[in-house]
Amino acid sequence: MSASVLTPNVEKPAPVRSGAGWAPHMWAWIWPKALAILLVLAVWQLVYWSGWRPAYVFPSPIETLSQLGTMVQTERFWSAMGTTVIRAIGGFALALVIGTMIGILVARITPLRLAIGSLITGLQTMPSIAWFPLAILLFGLDEQAILFVVVLGAAPSIANGVISGIDNVPPAFTRLGRVLGAGPVAQYRDIVLPAALPTYVSGLTQGWAFAWRSLMAGELLVIIAEKPSLGAQLEFARQFSQAPTLLATMLVILILGMVVDGLFSSAARSLRRRRGLEVDSS
Amino acid sequence: MSAQALEVVADGTALQARGLRKVFGSGDDATVALDGVDLDIRAGEFVTVVGASGCGKSTLLNIFAGLDAPTSGTVWTATKPALMFQDATLLPWLTAQRNVELALKLRGVPRAQRAERARQLLDVVRLTGWEDKRPHELSGGMRQRVSLARCLAQDTSIVLMDEPLGALDAMTRDHLHDEIESVVQEQNLTVVFVTHNMREAVRLGDRVILMGSRPGRIVYETVIDLPHPRLMDSTGVAERAADLTTRLKAGKAYLEGADS
Repeated sequence: MSASVLTPNVEKPAPVRSGAGWAPHMWAWIWPKALAILLVLAVWQLVYWSGWRPAYVFPSPIETLSQLGTMVQTERFWSAMGTTVIRAIGGFALALVIGTMIGILVARITPLRLAIGSLITGLQTMPSIAWFPLAILLFGLDEQAILFVVVLGAAPSIANGVISGIDNVPPAFTRLGRVLGAGPVAQYRDIVLPAALPTYVSGLTQGWAFAWRSLMAGELLVIIAEKPSLGAQLEFARQFSQAPTLLATMLVILILGMVVDGLFSSAARSLRRRRGLEVDSS
Repeated sequence: MSAQALEVVADGTALQARGLRKVFGSGDDATVALDGVDLDIRAGEFVTVVGASGCGKSTLLNIFAGLDAPTSGTVWTATKPALMFQDATLLPWLTAQRNVELALKLRGVPRAQRAERARQLLDVVRLTGWEDKRPHELSGGMRQRVSLARCLAQDTSIVLMDEPLGALDAMTRDHLHDEIESVVQEQNLTVVFVTHNMREAVRLGDRVILMGSRPGRIVYETVIDLPHPRLMDSTGVAERAADLTTRLKAGKAYLEGADS
């Protein structure tokens, strides 16, 4: 061997994505959504004009949106929204802790997986509203009943995300860990868990969707007198035939759910992009 | 490596294998992947192992690396070897720098020294300026160079290479031959390089070992005394490669004749 082998680097790297400025990007992101909203409003207005249902049960978009405008100025609305959001965060956080722990245990311990692995998938298919009669028997018409069902709705998805994330870690990565001398703890901390992260985040996204649905079902069934919530507001609006309030509240519920889902999706996307798993799609 | 006591190993030996046998499965499904493999590798030697796919050459490296235990036989290595994988196997969530640092971290290098040491190692493989790129932003050849730097981070004198250049285009591969050769010389490494490309084996090896299939075993070995620097396409390399290919085929034909 001689020193003449020190040849210069002639390789070309893979092309690196260039940032094209955020303004056109934002516009590309906004316009399809704006168009979709306009379409929905147009169809809604057409149905309203067709006179399919009387205006007092099926209000126009304008009436609904103006009711939404009035509603957001009331203290009662914000207190209802606060209750709902706090319940959602609390329930989801608890489901996150429980689901993650169960997921890691089931992925790690083979007998446990044989015992409850398929049960977790089964629980995912169980409509969470079916838990409410039992929850109400166990906890009464109380916060705990709602929390119980929200956790049961979200935790299986989160646990499943952990399990399939860990299962799908490429064997080459764990072999690498062993070659590098990683012990069991380091193997998990430095290789397995980071490798499982994207699947875990999809589990969280799905878990959130289930938590939000369970919560709404719960708030319709378990109405606590002195505690306004978005679900309770829906129920009262129906009872008192306040159609614009009902629809405005539904819009709020839809928007809240979409905003949180969007946060999860964008976290998942940036995670995948950093790993080169997704080249460019948004 | 293996804890079993072996006969006293002569000075200057980096790796010794005696009577290696590896059987996968059991009963009627049992496959003998390796049988009767004896091998002595001197410190500083560059040994290439050639054979058709399925001849057990990767199994042999896995046993040397401690990833797999032999069914019978013993392996002794002077230090725990590093392993360079076929597809680089960089962790996609870490930058080039962090991939190298992970190897340092896992062998207990204090945090304060890791960044500087990883930068030095990436400089050894001429990747200064690419430290903060993630694997998907690097070319195939660059990924293998990060992988080589990571092997060096394991602070071992023995590096096992499992067809590390198999997936690269010819130009990048030739370039990396020079690169690997110079790094191996600078760092005074002992290398066991597995490949299915006979010319590559002759191009790189101080010694070439031919492996036959079913069961995987050593059928022939020879010292390559061609002068350096060598080129894959030079007549010297091509002639030796052609000669060895004939011998490998003969070894295989002999075995298939014995089977029937």
